[in-house]
Amino acid sequence: MATMKALVCRECGKEYPTKAIHVCEMCFGPLEVKYSYEEIKKNISRKKIQDGPHSIWRYADLLPVEGPNFLGPHAGMTPLVRAKNLGAHLGLDELYIKNDTVNHPTLSFKDRVVAVAITRARELGFETIACASTGNLANSVAAHAAAAGMRCYVFIPGDLEAAKVLGNLIYKPNVIEIEGNYDDVNRLCSEIAGEHGWAFVNINIRPYYAEGSKTLAFETVEQLGWRTPDQAVIPMASGSLLTKIWKGLHEMKYVGLIDEVRTKINGAQAEGCSPISTAFKAGRDFFKPVKPKTIAKSLAIGNPADGYYALKATAESKGSMDMVSDDEVVEGIKLLAQTEGIFAETAGGVTIGVLQKLVKNGTIKKGDLTVAYITGNGLKTQEAVIDAVGRPVRIQPSLVAFEKTFKMGKNGGGDS
Amino acid sequence: MPSMKFHIQFPEQKIKEPIIYQIGHEFKVVTNVRRADVRETTGWMDLELTGDSTEIERAIVGLRKKGVIVDPIELNVVE
Repeated sequence: MATMKALVCRECGKEYPTKAIHVCEMCFGPLEVKYSYEEIKKNISRKKIQDGPHSIWRYADLLPVEGPNFLGPHAGMTPLVRAKNLGAHLGLDELYIKNDTVNHPTLSFKDRVVAVAITRARELGFETIACASTGNLANSVAAHAAAAGMRCYVFIPGDLEAAKVLGNLIYKPNVIEIEGNYDDVNRLCSEIAGEHGWAFVNINIRPYYAEGSKTLAFETVEQLGWRTPDQAVIPMASGSLLTKIWKGLHEMKYVGLIDEVRTKINGAQAEGCSPISTAFKAGRDFFKPVKPKTIAKSLAIGNPADGYYALKATAESKGSMDMVSDDEVVEGIKLLAQTEGIFAETAGGVTIGVLQKLVKNGTIKKGDLTVAYITGNGLKTQEAVIDAVGRPVRIQPSLVAFEKTFKMGKNGGGDS
Repeated sequence: MPSMKFHIQFPEQKIKEPIIYQIGHEFKVVTNVRRADVRETTGWMDLELTGDSTEIERAIVGLRKKGVIVDPIELNVVE
């Protein structure tokens, strides 16, 4: 394998060896992985992919690893659901849900990026893996580290909800609660990553970690019968997911798996943390940092590392961006659950809410083949919908009470 | 001597002020700007501060007091 050529600065183009580095020493720009597409093209085919493992590792030729010892063997190949009911509700003929609520092992798309990060970290000789997180990322890193037998450090803000802390502790990593605000936690983690010889998945391993998101593009294309969608609706936190889906679609073209990329990329944020969408709607190519205030905590990144690149990718694709209120997030979660039986976390509500807006304002048209990316399971953010789902119907333990409540005759029928 | 990389962002009303010059004079740090984009309505810089750790910390507090947003070079890493 080893199809990586180098790490390359996204700003000045300076190249570096494929080690655990993430910032260009020349201009301080972020580094990303550069591949030998001509080499990959010689060895990749649709058949080879289809004969590969039922996981992200079927696309290993296009991932930043040397192989063949892949960690996180169950991540990816989540269902692409033909959402007929939701499509009919919204007025779309061909709507699909890329359902990462059932990604393994921790029920969010983070299992894709962490599987790639931990595999590369092991290849680079690291024994300790770490991350700074308020939720999904910590869960995924802790679970993967446990399975891989690696030491794990998870840094969390001191005021994180108990349920989220438990989700990390069950895997027995070293969980460090940091006193102080978000900025303090952020800063300390950056410094620790610089000082200790650890693989910090979203800091010094970030060039590799971020590439895992491309597998959402690869799978979508394969599951659609080797064609790209007309429209993609993607939630944005750091903006990396959107950027990498765009990159992944083009890589499939570079290596000859598809002939064209015809996808318009659309970004979704919550109003309470929408630096990227706000910039897009204002016609700016730069964003202004914000202090997040939204129930969509997994998207609450006020100064997003890939915000600029997300704006660029969306503009290149001639796509769009929008944002929704917290009430619309909850409505989006309910709508997806009640039409398709898929319970998404708050980020999913953001995606569905923005999808609805983009259909209403004519950005996404009735006949567009559309894919909405649902990135995490609703069981992780139940508190967001607890007041919006009603209560069970309470009855006495008798058949009469039951039939009276539901107005049933002897032969059944007659919903209340 | 320790050095650290930061991404700093200026609010619109501070763009014309010589803040980097001031920081270099008010604190014992060497400022080294590597990449920047300063326009009428926004301005950001990627820069390195070199000096004693305590002086770097004081310089960061000083920048924040002037209304500048200071983040690590990676921006937000808590996901």
